[in-house]
Amino acid sequence: MSSPGAEPGGPAVAFETAKLGVWTFLATEVLLFGALFTAYAVFRAKYPALFHAEHLKLDRALGLANTIVLITSSLTVVLGVDAIRKGKTRLLRMYYGATILLGAVFLCVKYVEWTAEFRHGVFPGTNIFFSLYFTMTGLHGIHVLLGMGVLAYVVVLAGRGRLSESYTTPAEMSGLYWHFVDLVWIYLLPLLYLIG
Amino acid sequence: MNNGSVGHRRTYLGVYAALIALTVITVLVSFVNLGMMNVVVALLIASAKASLVALFFMHLKGESRLVWGFALVPIFFLLLILFGTLMDTQLR
Repeated sequence: MSSPGAEPGGPAVAFETAKLGVWTFLATEVLLFGALFTAYAVFRAKYPALFHAEHLKLDRALGLANTIVLITSSLTVVLGVDAIRKGKTRLLRMYYGATILLGAVFLCVKYVEWTAEFRHGVFPGTNIFFSLYFTMTGLHGIHVLLGMGVLAYVVVLAGRGRLSESYTTPAEMSGLYWHFVDLVWIYLLPLLYLIG
Repeated sequence: MNNGSVGHRRTYLGVYAALIALTVITVLVSFVNLGMMNVVVALLIASAKASLVALFFMHLKGESRLVWGFALVPIFFLLLILFGTLMDTQLR
């Protein structure tokens, strides 16, 4: 990453440009998950009884717990962004470190759920509900994993003193992505665990 | 329209409390049989939560109309794909 003042139009324009770039990327992500949400809607309309019977096999308590973990991780991200806007680098690293930990907790719970399902003989090929369940939660899990990587990169950047109140771009952009991953889960919880 | 006006820690904590409350409510409601209304309630609560995250955590509240456009246009295409496909599969 070059120095923030080097872009044509100055740092303010560079910041707005980066933001529009991330929102454009998120638009492609909406459509990526949108295809799966569409598949879910089509097959749920076709096999309502199967979806109802199968969704009862999921553990709502774990779904609730993981949602709370992910929402908390969104809070720590936004507090991290707030910190770096005030030039508090150490606080940013602390909040983003906490977010990475919460992401890891989320994936561990997901691992426990998947292994329990495998033990009960439920696999991605079992039926259309579980095909969608494993595909959607799996793709979402990959996003969590990638997000953790991006946040770790921001923690390293901040550690090297590259971020300040006048250059917050990497922290803000990675934050937008993390909130989006949270957004997707906000819809996956009811669709998979609650109303099947 | 600047980011500083919405960047208060108290606001973030309030939004967080609302998100947790809505999450607990939606899980509790799922144990009550409301028929088709279960789907409606669950999706309404999810959309309320999504709006809170987008407006406050993603700072859409203080953003320019250009950014709002970038955020809303994909929703339009998502609905197009969703309802366009359902019109085909349901009326086939």
